[in-house]
Amino acid sequence: MIENPTGSSVAPNGVNAALAKKNIQDVVIRFAGNSQDGIQSIGGFLARLGGRTEKDVMTYMTIPATISGGPSIFQVRLGTGDVLSAGDDVDILVAFYQHSFNDHINSLRDGGVLLYDSDNVQPDPNQKRYRAVGIPITSMTVEAIGGTAKDKGKNMFVLGLVARMFDLDVPKLETMLQGYYKGKNEDVIRSVLGAFHAGYGYDVGKVADTFQFTPAIAKSETKKVVTDGNQAIAYGALVAGVRFGAGYPITPWSSIMEILRVELPKYGGIFVQTEDELAAIAMACGGSYAGYLSLTGTSGPGISLKSEAIGWAIMAEMPVVIIDVSRGGPSTGLPTNVEQSDLNICVYGSHGDAPRIVLAPASVEDCFYTTIEAVNLAREYSCPAFVVSDQALATRVETWDMPDFAKLCQNIDPKLEPRGPNYKPYENTADGIARHAPPGTRMLDGKYPIVTGLEHDESGHPASRPANHVMMTTKRRRKLQVLAAKLPKAQVFGPPEGNVLLVGWGSTEGPIREAVERARAAGESVSSLHLRYISPLQPGIEEIFDGFNHVFVVEINDEGLYGLGQLAMLLRARFADKKIRGINKTDGLPFKVREILAGMNEKLKTPVQ
Amino acid sequence: MIAEANAPVRPKYTKKELVADHPTWCPGCGDFSILSIYFKMMEKRQIPHESITSIAGIGCSSRFPYFVNAHGAHFLHGRGVPFATGVSLIRPDLHVFMFGGDGDAFSIGGNHLNHAARKNIKMTYVIMDNFVYGLTKKQTSPTSPLGFKSKTDPWGAIDQPINPMKQLIAGGATFIARSHSHLPNHVMEMFEAAMDHDGFSVIEVLSECTEFYPGAFDAANPRKGGVFTLVPKDHDVTDEVAAYKLAMESFPGTFGVYYKVSRPTKNALEANLIREAKSKANNASPAELLQKTFDRFA
Repeated sequence: MIENPTGSSVAPNGVNAALAKKNIQDVVIRFAGNSQDGIQSIGGFLARLGGRTEKDVMTYMTIPATISGGPSIFQVRLGTGDVLSAGDDVDILVAFYQHSFNDHINSLRDGGVLLYDSDNVQPDPNQKRYRAVGIPITSMTVEAIGGTAKDKGKNMFVLGLVARMFDLDVPKLETMLQGYYKGKNEDVIRSVLGAFHAGYGYDVGKVADTFQFTPAIAKSETKKVVTDGNQAIAYGALVAGVRFGAGYPITPWSSIMEILRVELPKYGGIFVQTEDELAAIAMACGGSYAGYLSLTGTSGPGISLKSEAIGWAIMAEMPVVIIDVSRGGPSTGLPTNVEQSDLNICVYGSHGDAPRIVLAPASVEDCFYTTIEAVNLAREYSCPAFVVSDQALATRVETWDMPDFAKLCQNIDPKLEPRGPNYKPYENTADGIARHAPPGTRMLDGKYPIVTGLEHDESGHPASRPANHVMMTTKRRRKLQVLAAKLPKAQVFGPPEGNVLLVGWGSTEGPIREAVERARAAGESVSSLHLRYISPLQPGIEEIFDGFNHVFVVEINDEGLYGLGQLAMLLRARFADKKIRGINKTDGLPFKVREILAGMNEKLKTPVQ
Repeated sequence: MIAEANAPVRPKYTKKELVADHPTWCPGCGDFSILSIYFKMMEKRQIPHESITSIAGIGCSSRFPYFVNAHGAHFLHGRGVPFATGVSLIRPDLHVFMFGGDGDAFSIGGNHLNHAARKNIKMTYVIMDNFVYGLTKKQTSPTSPLGFKSKTDPWGAIDQPINPMKQLIAGGATFIARSHSHLPNHVMEMFEAAMDHDGFSVIEVLSECTEFYPGAFDAANPRKGGVFTLVPKDHDVTDEVAAYKLAMESFPGTFGVYYKVSRPTKNALEANLIREAKSKANNASPAELLQKTFDRFA
């Protein structure tokens, strides 16, 4: 919690602070319970409320891998400035059960507040590290909404409690609750509001500080939306004009296909749930071949299964967009945890020389725009394009600017104008890009094209001549070199020269930037570079590296056999620079700012060799 | 999706215009006859070149698209069916033909066959079954009979072969026929019936591999002293149990349409979903739909 030094009525920390309102800029609240308690919905409402009241929001959620529920948390960071990460330490922990308390009490910062359900939790009475506030959440909820609703509605009670503590906009929350439960019967809505008001009416002032956010730093007038990363990807695909896709259920990718399955018919499109991952990418290749750029997606194990067809799409020069919502691996691994260990398979996976486009979104908003860009690059370069997201981005809820749909919406349906004469699908042009004529296209010279995974000549017919394979392999690589030259130059965050450059990709952008800010505030010379284009790499990286003594690649993956994570290995291979080293971890959790800084200081102890 | 194109009036074409590369098959291969019947059918029906799509997986028979001068795709081993499914669902204006062999259909791609069948995807799948892996030079195939000597079973095949007809019936295919490449008129008849069927239509055509399994189908070839027995005239093609009984007959069995029922295709069902969803959304434009959705996220 960042306290605002200029704020008025700052109460001293202590029991006497009762009823005083404390001005804050930023607070991290973790709700810990079981998944069936509706923990996610508390977080969801808070996040959306934050978005509607010009507060920045970042959330972090864990969900159990088992179907019958189990421990679950939702962490929300609300702030009036730019919220970059979900927060290292928790200011307020709400513990529903003893196990929630046991598992999460260590995440509570010194001097933080524990709110626990005194019907279920017994904290250590002798500790002095934090303030423990017992509230009979279960019994008060039952009292508020009637005996039959045992264990239900506790989330609404807690939402009310939090609304009171943080002086949140209650009318707006009520409107949201009513909107969310619209269509349910009156009793449900009455119970929800009953539990909420019971929580709101509970006099937290007696037992804990109440807080007030300092007025928001003047922000743009832009309307905000609140979504998770998977929603951003799914709707990004619709905006980009994707009208056909196929997939197989796997956590944490599934919600993207659920959205597309339900939404696509309204747009005249189809999303197919296939029998397996192989069929999903095969069908997407078929859809793209038929002229409709198609999308498939999955999580780690599914990428392994799709790899053969990815090679086909590269060889046949067929555009297809592949979403990888990566998770802990290898094999079944950690299905509901974050890990950035799919970079290698996304960049290299499939046999043979198989160059492709790989993009990595850095935030929820970026998931939306990266998906649109992946669609456009795949089409423009006739090549598969990956969007590598991860579990943290998939489940994280963020506030971002309302997109301008009128401007962004694309129609990419095929035109099927007659082609030729002398049309060749794989003509060896200067830019190396294949230009397909989908079926239905009339060929004016009467010669029809074949697309194929066999090495082929310019017309698409099988050709294994040595010189032809050289020409075609070069062509498939050359087009991505053409793309690389056109990509925007890499931009450094912070001064372009200094001691340490932290390099990241994907969901770690927030904590890395916060680490840079924290280190610079402490007088250290640290900047960062976040790579969105993983394959091909964008220009300007080497020049940025030249400005620093140390380059540390921060990744949630293993340091590997040679002390380098997956992106670090790629950058080492590309730039052959010994000062590139890795800061890695494999605990299945997002990077904390503190962990990045500790990793950096540790590495700085050993010189570049 | 693209609606049925209003094809301009064009001069009739002959099958010569459908011929592309000279087939790479061995002399005497049964696949030649299937290819020439395919040309003959297209010529008879005068389907415009651009409306035909031939798709294949991997194998000798799967080289088919290269030999046809029409749009085509040569996909992966076993995955031709889901690829063709993608084409069929998004492009109702096309005639989608899928060609493959027994390895593609019943071994590496076996699962896809069941799912395309149960979903009743509109396409015609011609399985050129030669009971052997030919392209890789004589290994046991899923339809090789017990005792067939191959490089992987020099002592004779010991694994129970798949019965294609039984599998297709159980899988839920809505048109199932069996033919023999040495009887072109019969193949032609089956092709036309399959093509006219609105749904997932499959023909297993016994197609001899003269190199690695010569004489495999002589028992059903009158010119080699065999007997070509047609499906009995009184066979009820809508009777699943009767079809199963035909499939139980010992080799070479009977030839013709085993099973043919009418069930809505996935193509039609998805088109219904689109119609209903669009009408419920008042045919809103994509930008309007998205704005409405995102207003809920605001």
